[in-house]
Amino acid sequence: MEKIIETDDLYFHYESDEEGNIPEDVLKGINISIKQGEFVAVLGHNGCGKSTLAKHINAILLPTGGSVIVDGIDTKDEDKLFELRQRAGMVFQNPDNQIVSSIVEEDVAFALENLGVPYEEMRRRVDESLKAVGMYEYRLHSPSQLSGGQKQRVAIAGIIAMQPKCIILDEPTAMLDPQGRKEVLAAIHKMNREKGITIVLITHYMDEAADCDRVVVMDKGEVVLDDVPSKVFSQVEKLKAIGLDVPQVTELAWELRRAGYDISPEIITEEECADAIERLFA
Amino acid sequence: MAILETQELTYTYSAGTPFEKTAVDHVSLKIEEGQMVGVMGHTGSGKSTLIQHFNGLLQPTSGKVLLDGKDIWADKNKIRDVRFQVGLVFQYPEYQIFEETVFKDIAFGPKNMGLDEAEIKRRVLETAHDIGLSEALMERSPFELSGGQKRRVAIAGVMAMEPKVLILDEPTAGLDPAGRDKILEHIKAYHQRTKNTILIVSHSMEDIATFADKILVMNKAKLFCYDDTVNVFARAEEISEIGLDVPQITKVFGELKRRGLDFGKEVYTVGYARDLLLRNLKEREVQ
Repeated sequence: MEKIIETDDLYFHYESDEEGNIPEDVLKGINISIKQGEFVAVLGHNGCGKSTLAKHINAILLPTGGSVIVDGIDTKDEDKLFELRQRAGMVFQNPDNQIVSSIVEEDVAFALENLGVPYEEMRRRVDESLKAVGMYEYRLHSPSQLSGGQKQRVAIAGIIAMQPKCIILDEPTAMLDPQGRKEVLAAIHKMNREKGITIVLITHYMDEAADCDRVVVMDKGEVVLDDVPSKVFSQVEKLKAIGLDVPQVTELAWELRRAGYDISPEIITEEECADAIERLFA
Repeated sequence: MAILETQELTYTYSAGTPFEKTAVDHVSLKIEEGQMVGVMGHTGSGKSTLIQHFNGLLQPTSGKVLLDGKDIWADKNKIRDVRFQVGLVFQYPEYQIFEETVFKDIAFGPKNMGLDEAEIKRRVLETAHDIGLSEALMERSPFELSGGQKRRVAIAGVMAMEPKVLILDEPTAGLDPAGRDKILEHIKAYHQRTKNTILIVSHSMEDIATFADKILVMNKAKLFCYDDTVNVFARAEEISEIGLDVPQITKVFGELKRRGLDFGKEVYTVGYARDLLLRNLKEREVQ
């Protein structure tokens, strides 16, 4: 499969202060390569650099060392900035900060209008995007009447309407209740499955990461683990040491293994856990 | 003895208009002194409206709220005292910080209560200690602190009033796992020192399982249940049906029960699940 995002020895630090002191690097040599259509979760505690990394993918931040290539475009190439942002869309944590219009469908059309997309085409894409996230029936509502989860889905529709190849979501469910979380995650998974859009999901929720193709774990500006969820979560001690959780079922399996029982360390779903316990008692 | 009680509490928003909506519908409950209570409910279930009645931010449309056996609305002029006795920490309280120093911000509530300097100092330092803010931070500007520290300053400000009942609305929202565990531990430390009643609103049953003696669940403006934690988890399926998240581990044991492997106990923490399984496995080996 084709590579869509590639970072090569990516370093980043914020600007130096008044006395000219350069602050510590926030990203310290990140090398990751993400293929078109992959669904990747990025985990790490607050301040580990995961949001900083996300902001490099669509050139909100530019590397102070190394490079980021997205769909063949170097993010430092200013001439291609708009093209880049059309191909890699970003959804942020707080839904209230990313809605600009007073009517749902106008909000979804906002970027298309700026790009000068013809009316017929715009109408079609807006309707299609709203249907894709299950918000079509709310197209004439005011966003202020929507729940947090609904607002996030409208934000996602606005990105999909641009027909991006990849979407980066920075803790899109952190401010939502369990129902809102479910709705948003279902919409993201559908985009990935049906449209083949590459997803980079930054999250604190281990259950969200357990559902992805691949999990990248960051700590202190570096990638410390990068593998399929079952392999990453089997590293219970390592994750706990850097302040992260593992799913409850993985933790239980780990505890039982420590007590000397033969149980796989790679359990990440409820089904797998129930099967394993059943076998212990068989 | 019940510290907080509601009798047929009902609250209707915009009564008499086309937007009329009953957010709390005939809720009667008694919260015993000294308990740690988890409060759950779907968005729009009425839980926020309910807790705003506990310190008199909202006045019931009908029914009563009793604090220490007394109707809090018996004398409207005394409602300010109720707010000193029932402290409410809103969601994202770090946005409400305003003072020049951490010390002054935490001291704001106690000062308004008219306490003397020595007592204010004692309270500020004791709560700062409970919530894990070192003395070295006291003279710093709260705006220079990290997000998690700011939130703890804001929580300490309410704790320092030493309210008989402390209510926190989603104190861990938006934090990473380590930040979340820390805040919950600090709240527990405060609880152990003061023995005051604490209510914590949370969407995470996994979190609630780690601290709550009792759980209050609201659903569609009505009280769905108010019961001991173990009894509430016994109704995991119903709770899941009203749109709340049941801990993963509880779901696993529900599934095992369906498959005929019944351990006869409600399981809601990993530690308990481990002990239960190890005990049962040992017993089998002996046989």
